Amino acid sequence: MSEFHQIASYKPRSPNYRLLPFRFTELNDHDYVATNLAGEYLVLAKDVVPKLINHQLPTDDPLYTELRARHFLTDHTTAIASDLLAIKVRTRYERLANFTSLHMFVVTLRCEHSCQYCQVSRQSDNKLQFDMSLADADAALGLALRSPSPYIKIEFQGGEPLLNTDLIRHIVTEAERRKADKEIEFVIATNLALINPEFLAFCSEHDIKISTSLDGPRDLHNRNRPRPGNDSYEKTINGIRVVRAALGRNKVSALMTTTEASLSRVKDIVDEYLAQEFSGIFLRPLSPYGFAIRTKSYMKYNTERWLDFYKQGLECIIALNKQGIGFREFYASTILAKMLTSGDPGYVDLMSPSGIGIAAVVYNYDGYVYASDESRMLAEMGDQHFRLGHVRENSYDDIFLSPKLLKPIEDSFAYSNPMCHDCAFEPYCGADPVFHWALNKDYIGRKPESEFCRRNMAIFQHLIGLMHGDGFIRQLFLKWANRC
Amino acid sequence: MLKLSGNIDPIKRAGVCDDLFTITTDPSLPASVRNRFALLSQRPIDVAGYGVQLVNGDGQKDGTHFPAESTVYRLPNHFKYLKSGDIVFINSKRDFLHTLFRKESRHNSILLTEQCNHYCLMCSQPPKKVDDSYLLRRTFELIKLIPTDTRSLGFTGGEPTLYGEALIELIRQTKLQLPCTSIDLLTNGRRFKDKEFARRFGEVRHPDCMFGIPIYSDDPVRHDYVVQAHGAFDETIRGILNLKRFGQKVEIRIVLHKQTIDRLVSTCEFICRNLVFADHVALMGLEITGFTRPNLDLLWIDPYNYKEILSEAVSVLNSYGMNASVYNHQLCVVNKDIEGNYRKSISDWKNEYLDACAPCTRKAECGGFFSSSKTYKHSAYIRPFA
Repeated sequence: MSEFHQIASYKPRSPNYRLLPFRFTELNDHDYVATNLAGEYLVLAKDVVPKLINHQLPTDDPLYTELRARHFLTDHTTAIASDLLAIKVRTRYERLANFTSLHMFVVTLRCEHSCQYCQVSRQSDNKLQFDMSLADADAALGLALRSPSPYIKIEFQGGEPLLNTDLIRHIVTEAERRKADKEIEFVIATNLALINPEFLAFCSEHDIKISTSLDGPRDLHNRNRPRPGNDSYEKTINGIRVVRAALGRNKVSALMTTTEASLSRVKDIVDEYLAQEFSGIFLRPLSPYGFAIRTKSYMKYNTERWLDFYKQGLECIIALNKQGIGFREFYASTILAKMLTSGDPGYVDLMSPSGIGIAAVVYNYDGYVYASDESRMLAEMGDQHFRLGHVRENSYDDIFLSPKLLKPIEDSFAYSNPMCHDCAFEPYCGADPVFHWALNKDYIGRKPESEFCRRNMAIFQHLIGLMHGDGFIRQLFLKWANRC
Repeated sequence: MLKLSGNIDPIKRAGVCDDLFTITTDPSLPASVRNRFALLSQRPIDVAGYGVQLVNGDGQKDGTHFPAESTVYRLPNHFKYLKSGDIVFINSKRDFLHTLFRKESRHNSILLTEQCNHYCLMCSQPPKKVDDSYLLRRTFELIKLIPTDTRSLGFTGGEPTLYGEALIELIRQTKLQLPCTSIDLLTNGRRFKDKEFARRFGEVRHPDCMFGIPIYSDDPVRHDYVVQAHGAFDETIRGILNLKRFGQKVEIRIVLHKQTIDRLVSTCEFICRNLVFADHVALMGLEITGFTRPNLDLLWIDPYNYKEILSEAVSVLNSYGMNASVYNHQLCVVNKDIEGNYRKSISDWKNEYLDACAPCTRKAECGGFFSSSKTYKHSAYIRPFA
């Protein structure tokens, strides 16, 4: 049909193209991963990249079309890339405008468990010494309600918060009375050993969620989490059951802590979560704070061993899905959301700018405000670097505009950090100034030596590698990316 | 396939008529409203005052039994579907009838213009460069006649936004006349690259107006080629962004054919990454009409041969939580995994089944064929379910 033009007449008339900002990092011996400004990735054969950046990629190369469609390059046929990239970047950082949404209240440091890896808890009968006071709780609530975010989450932490349910009741009731048009979600991080029907009724009435600890099968769990009677596992499993019965099955989630004893047991751990009818598991690394670092248990296993553990776990979970059992790994889901969507799941450890203070904040039992959970753990070890102020002595502005908060956030912004700036994985990664301060006494750390960097880089590469080679995994990961 | 427009046999003309009429079969309507109605009957009726009389069956041809001042037409058999409540346009100079609204149909679509700034390879309504603004003027009258309990109404073209402000006024009037009717407006969206135009559209605050806008590829070159217009991709994307900026609902429509199927999955990924705020994505089978027929070699791919691609595309859209539908396909040529997104979508007046479909146990769930597909080209893999 002569009245219709061939596709050739819509193609670029000149071989000139403009590169849009992108970065590339080695994936394996043959390929690079390239990411655009908004974190969309392409796997490129190594010999393609020099051609691309030297403006020698032919416009009729199929890869050229791909790179243009995904906003790695542009030419005179289209100018929309910069608008779309701008929207995607803006969407990614959208949550910053809302400021702090997670407010953690340490209602007591007391605990009836004596976990070796515990970073903060105390065993003591002296309530006054380790419980949050009513006055501090009211002042902390005032700060939480000052947050510009229309939606906040109040998480009760310990110690074991159920040792101080009176204060939880007080804070929940007060929060609801004072919240005006804010939406508030409540969560209690508890080992569930002390859960009882009266308090569950209160939880039900106020739609409070439960986050508990489950480290794996009975022997592993009880070894990790000693308590009088050595029945932590039984208490937890029973707790999960009664919470589900009283509040609904999606109102209780579980977190596992990885110890040296866990490393050879990943399949058992996953099986335990399956047996307890959880829809997924968060295979967590051990953090380097508190007792964990003092007892050197952190040093006992290195990042490589943990990565093996993680990859094995992931493999086992993917195999389950191939068998038709829907089960997900939540750390991967969080990262995949960053890789495959334009949104940001808002996971504090993987935020840049760092989420300290501006995404999550801790009101400690003694009224001091910390920039993150890790910050108060660091303080328990004697380093009060991230103590931002006191709920009754300092104003909201004092605390949240403190250079003690803003400087580490600004300094550690990964996009401007040496090595991070050049890293293809920067859009997926986080700034973790507290971690790097703890180890290196500066906010940026030395990336080649950073366990944080090593661990996350390896996971990013692993996830992309998995998707690259397997259509089933790609479809599965797309689902994980969108529901976490 | 229903014939929506064509000539009718004059029995008797009284004056000139060039108007819209609602069909009635009731010869005893109040005299004060009769002139707005076309009286439909099997046999001639001696009653005065109706705008026009339409005789369906065999009757007298000379019209002597009609009142002197009446215009009377005999309807050819293909207009037998007309029922009370339908709205027709009748022009007595051309002895022409056009059915504009069928009360029982859920697929009433109003053509606003045949002019267009696209020239799509598969256009089902090939554009004409003639002043047809009478279509718009007529639509302003039509919306006053359409019953207010009508669930939905489509406005189509050509490219309706070529009217500019007048289209905004039509949507405003539609909101006033038909406040409970949802509107589907088919447009290429390019005009909305003008933010001011999009803003004024938003100001109408129509409660339920969906802009159906095509994106045929994530590759700007391919999209521009399919619509045969340089720079169309950028303008359409900008248009969608502006419509969403002003709170409008946008449906993205992708017609599946040989020129779009290879990038269908990446196009869906593009939509989910860049236009995640779209309200609906429709993946639509090809209608074998208009330009598709001369371009058939360029466009035709048997749906059976792209069913894996279709499944993957739907899976991507579903994973991202995008509201997605598959239109204009037959159940026997798609995979089972897309049935949650499968819709019976073909407008009733051009919807048919093959003889081979007669014994099919799932015929009632199946969307069937465009009449044009049945006539010209359909999948070679149509098999009745046992």
